Amino acid sequence: MTSNQIMFILFAAMIIIFSLLTVTTRRILRAAVFLLFVLVSTSGLYFLLNYQFLAAVQLTLYAGGIVVLIIFSILLTSHINQKFEEPGLKKIIFSALAAAAGAILAIITILDFKFTATSQAAAEVNMKLIGKSLLSVDYDGYVLPFEVISVLLLAAMIAAIVVAKKSGPAGIQSQILNKE
Amino acid sequence: MSTGIPVQYFLILATLMFFTGVYGFLTRRNLITILMSVELILNSVNINFLAFNRYLYPHKLEGMFFSLFVIAVAAAEAAVAIAIIINIYRRFTTINVEDVHEMKF
Repeated sequence: MTSNQIMFILFAAMIIIFSLLTVTTRRILRAAVFLLFVLVSTSGLYFLLNYQFLAAVQLTLYAGGIVVLIIFSILLTSHINQKFEEPGLKKIIFSALAAAAGAILAIITILDFKFTATSQAAAEVNMKLIGKSLLSVDYDGYVLPFEVISVLLLAAMIAAIVVAKKSGPAGIQSQILNKE
Repeated sequence: MSTGIPVQYFLILATLMFFTGVYGFLTRRNLITILMSVELILNSVNINFLAFNRYLYPHKLEGMFFSLFVIAVAAAEAAVAIAIIINIYRRFTTINVEDVHEMKF
């Protein structure tokens, strides 16, 4: 057994165990921490696949950004020691059946399918290639999705600020007027 | 290169993770835990993209850029969703999906 296989088994076991714990634990803060473990092990898988840049993005953006955001919103909205009530047995059974049926169907399809790799040599994924592809307008370029994502992120940022703001524009104006 | 691991293993792992997320999405009632299940689902799809890219088309970078964009969309989605959740909490003082059933402005 090579070291790659050992690492894969380790990461896969961590991902499966902690994602199951994420969806079944009854304490919400623990669910967030288990989600963090899942995301970190996923980034380990990316390292295993030799996509170092994406693994770094996964660590900083997912494990660093989104989990912290989720933990903050948990602290704002729930009591720390609060335990969820168990979902009804009927709900658990039917959800598990639906998930298991989907998983079995997908796994059977995967095992049936013959994957054929191309014979072309692997490209070396380095930062230069990634940057050039992101901003290139050629056939292999991704400048359009890159720009669209930039606009989407800006829109999402403004939307998040506007939605989460405590009072509307009128309220802020009246606050300023009151101070004066 | 990750030799010695068939591509099917990655796909099966991503499948299990995806349907764990689906199970959480169906059973959870708290809005934030539902959001976490959605993050699990998005993450499993990223594993699929990267495994396909590495094993089947290693001379291209399409899967990598797709997962990059998926991560960006997930970040935007999480930010907006959490803003909405906080706003809901202010109005109803709960984020249980069964207690929040009117979307009156």
